[in-house]
Amino acid sequence: MALFSKQNKEVFTNPLNLDHPILGQVLGICSALAVTSQLKPAIVMGLAVTVITAFANVIISIIRNTIPNRIRIVVQLVVVAALVTIVSQILKAFAYDVSVQLSVYVGLIITNCILMGRLEAFAMQNKPWPSFLDGVGNGLGYAMILVIVGAVRELLGRGTLLGFQIIPDACYDFGYVNNGMMTMPAMALILVGCVIWVHRAYFYKEK
Amino acid sequence: MKLNTNSNAYIIIYSAILVVIVAFLLAFVYQALKPMQDANVALDVKKQILYSLNIRDLDGAEAEAKYAELINDTMDFAGQKILMAEINEEPIMIYEMKGMGLWGGISGYMSVRLDPEKGGFSVYGAYFNHESETAGLGAEIKDSQEWQEKFIGKRILDDDTKHVVLSVVKKVENPECQVDCVTGATLTSNGVDEMIKRTFGLWTGEYDVDMDEGELEKLMLKMALGIDSISDSKIQKMIKVKKVGEE
Repeated sequence: MALFSKQNKEVFTNPLNLDHPILGQVLGICSALAVTSQLKPAIVMGLAVTVITAFANVIISIIRNTIPNRIRIVVQLVVVAALVTIVSQILKAFAYDVSVQLSVYVGLIITNCILMGRLEAFAMQNKPWPSFLDGVGNGLGYAMILVIVGAVRELLGRGTLLGFQIIPDACYDFGYVNNGMMTMPAMALILVGCVIWVHRAYFYKEK
Repeated sequence: MKLNTNSNAYIIIYSAILVVIVAFLLAFVYQALKPMQDANVALDVKKQILYSLNIRDLDGAEAEAKYAELINDTMDFAGQKILMAEINEEPIMIYEMKGMGLWGGISGYMSVRLDPEKGGFSVYGAYFNHESETAGLGAEIKDSQEWQEKFIGKRILDDDTKHVVLSVVKKVENPECQVDCVTGATLTSNGVDEMIKRTFGLWTGEYDVDMDEGELEKLMLKMALGIDSISDSKIQKMIKVKKVGEE
């Protein structure tokens, strides 16, 4: 079996377009709103979710035939919770500032609907490699939205990107003011709405 | 032979094995990363102390060096940590503060300079931290540098009564010692107010020291004698002698 057969490619690209976890299925919204007030935590959160979804998918897919059907959700939760705890510990050791900024939201990845959704819908029925691709695809789809929303909010709300000043001082001299609304969670919801609208209007193709 | 994955025995054994494996894995990761995490936490504390001295925007190594350069002594009084620093040949005391916010604990550092014109002491700089206050409201005590800088230059003690007058209030009537509270975060601001009052109130006698009498007496004796290594039994004896003398 080819590693990148047509079927596998679809598994990877579908969540980036047609079955996009946020745009198509509207999953995982809560954390998407919470961590996007700046770009850096948004990128870290996106990466964390991608890594966790991919590896949780692989692990569940490997042991899928041994999992007792009646406690499968419990098993999935244990695997996800273990992975999330490990990622959170690694962040604390190597990126302390970011882990402080993300605080509770790393822990909340455990209850991220995208994760449980992919484990239940895909990893329980498929082999490890396609499951891995599915996990990476969904994670990247999620990260993509976080980065878009995070970039817009940081640029308009603080005039910076990744902490570097983008809007020149001259603009402020002419009376330009940072939009404080952008740093509020409500604005993230409106931005996600706009992204979903653009996606539906221009990129979404009915099956 | 195909296993019956739905039998009760299989489910119990399966979950037991799974939990043991996960527990070992987590314990291993925690142990392996602990030294690095501890170093990060220690560095973060040093950075917070530097923030309270109005030194911000330093990365790890710079902060470490600056901290070693400025801070020259640490004292402990009844669980209250006080650091001594010297900036431009001016002695500065940094008080560690702990208090309660709305959802969880809050903490902070306040640096104080000698200021004879303002009742003896005035604020040199302040930094606050929190565990779980609401972002954009209570969390502003940590996130808003502007708010922390409002404390600079405020009077701490009243001239006559020597009580703590530095406070966080809704309506500032006396700008010399009052700071406007954070809009939408009254309870967190009250927590900061209480924290400041308690920290400095220990010294003015307004608040009781949070330790039992015997322990306090021991500490006072140690400080009065200027020795740190006096044995507990010896102190007990001295306290007894003192009590007999009083009677």
